[in-house]
Amino acid sequence: MKLSILLIAGCLLSVAALSATQDSTANSSKASKPRDDSASKAAFAEAYKVFMHPRCVNCHPAGDAPLRGEDSRPHTGLRLRRGADGQGVFTLKCTNCHQAKNQEGLHMPPGAPNVLGDGSLDPRTPRWHLPSEKTRMIFQGRTPSQLCRQLQDPDQNGGLKTQQLIHHVTTDPLVLWGWNPGEGRSKPPITHDEFVASVKEWLEKGGSCPK
Amino acid sequence: MEKFTFILNGKSTTVETDADKPLLWVLREDLSLTGTKYGCGMAVCGCCTVHLEGDAIRSCVTPVSRVEGKKVTTIEGLSNDLSHPIQRAWMQIQAPQCGYCQPGQMMSAACLLAQKPQPSDSDIAQAMSGNLCRCGTYQRVRNAIHLASSMLTGKGATDE
Repeated sequence: MKLSILLIAGCLLSVAALSATQDSTANSSKASKPRDDSASKAAFAEAYKVFMHPRCVNCHPAGDAPLRGEDSRPHTGLRLRRGADGQGVFTLKCTNCHQAKNQEGLHMPPGAPNVLGDGSLDPRTPRWHLPSEKTRMIFQGRTPSQLCRQLQDPDQNGGLKTQQLIHHVTTDPLVLWGWNPGEGRSKPPITHDEFVASVKEWLEKGGSCPK
Repeated sequence: MEKFTFILNGKSTTVETDADKPLLWVLREDLSLTGTKYGCGMAVCGCCTVHLEGDAIRSCVTPVSRVEGKKVTTIEGLSNDLSHPIQRAWMQIQAPQCGYCQPGQMMSAACLLAQKPQPSDSDIAQAMSGNLCRCGTYQRVRNAIHLASSMLTGKGATDE
């Protein structure tokens, strides 16, 4: 019993310490590396190719419903809607069809695992949603300049700071799914590692935006 | 093969099967609950709709491992005496034609009313857009939902 309490306390302390570290480093990396506008913009241009790929755009639509396919068309005949939390509404919640992993076969629903409170993945529970109504994080139709500024605007990006943004593109199962999209779906034009490296370089060298 | 235990229609139920086996086939083959129908097998038509913790999931693509420890309700569990407003309204309106898609229609309708007891026509059109009916009973389904709503709330239907 005592051992369990100690273990739980230890875990809580670790999480608290990690949070504190993340808070203290948030936005600090911009200052820790020399600003290089040219390199930063070039890195964003590379990452932009991924942001605008259908695997990303389809769940970052300009409208209120998800898109699908390589041509980013509206999601079949279903009258899907974002809903306040981005999870869908009424009988049409995203995870009513999308599971914790891709279903085998062409045109079968893709899926990704949910993230538990400790950051580990739950292989049985799906994670599939749009950004919330409040933080819509639209990619569709955004120019490089618009998207670059939007991604760094705390009012539009859900309050994510630099390190949190990097953490998101590095670990979020929905981001990672882009490179494991299931049968019949194309992958972004660069690897996930290259994408993360581009995002890091863009932000760490100043978060510069094209005009 | 693994064991999975969940609350099915109010009763604790354990099955021993493959983790990836769709819930639909666990219900129909392993548990002999054949009210839930197979339609498309790819989460498009809504025939196989059941409730998972109140949400209207597509059982044809839901691995049984997902429902471990959770509450599942099928058409057989909507009520045990045909007293659910959806069941009463469906009978009164005579909503089905061939009837094959109706268990899914009813489970979606019940899910809608649980979240919005007085849905508008627009709410119904949206919520039921994932349940296809080749007989074209959509108008009667909508009327039945409005009737069930009035049974549930004691108020008349609302239109936009």
